Amino acid sequence: MKNPLDSIWGTIISGLVVTAILYYVVKSVLM
Amino acid sequence: MELVPVLARWLHFLAGIMWIGLLYYFNFVQVPALKAAAADNTAAGITRHVAPRALLYFRWSAVVTWLAGAALLGSNFVSAFTLQKGYAGIGLGAWLGTIMLFNVWALIWPNQQKILGLKPATDEEKNKARRVALLASRTNMALSIPMLFFMAGGLTHKAAFGL
Repeated sequence: MKNPLDSIWGTIISGLVVTAILYYVVKSVLM
Repeated sequence: MELVPVLARWLHFLAGIMWIGLLYYFNFVQVPALKAAAADNTAAGITRHVAPRALLYFRWSAVVTWLAGAALLGSNFVSAFTLQKGYAGIGLGAWLGTIMLFNVWALIWPNQQKILGLKPATDEEKNKARRVALLASRTNMALSIPMLFFMAGGLTHKAAFGL
């Protein structure tokens, strides 16, 4: 599998996915 | 109005814009430009004159951003970093920023020194350094997206979390 960080768009999409995951973690577990 | 938080927030924004701005410059402009420049042997101008200056402001603005952020958190520093109730949003932003600062000083800068010839390295070491520096820089670019989301929410995150 290709590393998503090898492309700009893969990096941006990875960042957005991490944002969504962390948002739900903070909202449902930590807040 | 307390002077320290006002100045700390101002400095945090100024240095943060320089840090993340240069991070985006590296990823959106310099990396593809170097690839194109390598094809027609014009990369020396970038690696000799542009990259060292950009890296100088990049790594020190990262330090100033972190220190100003710590000053801004003030007495909330421990609550934020231990993700206490009500501080989890800004705390997560602070952790992401801290990981990014670590990447700058422990991975990007030492490897860039080898790539740019500021530190002696064999061709094999330079190739490895290119890969590590690129992945660390891309990791920081990816982490900047959630970092800015959580930072921009401020200390309470009332808007983002409907509190």
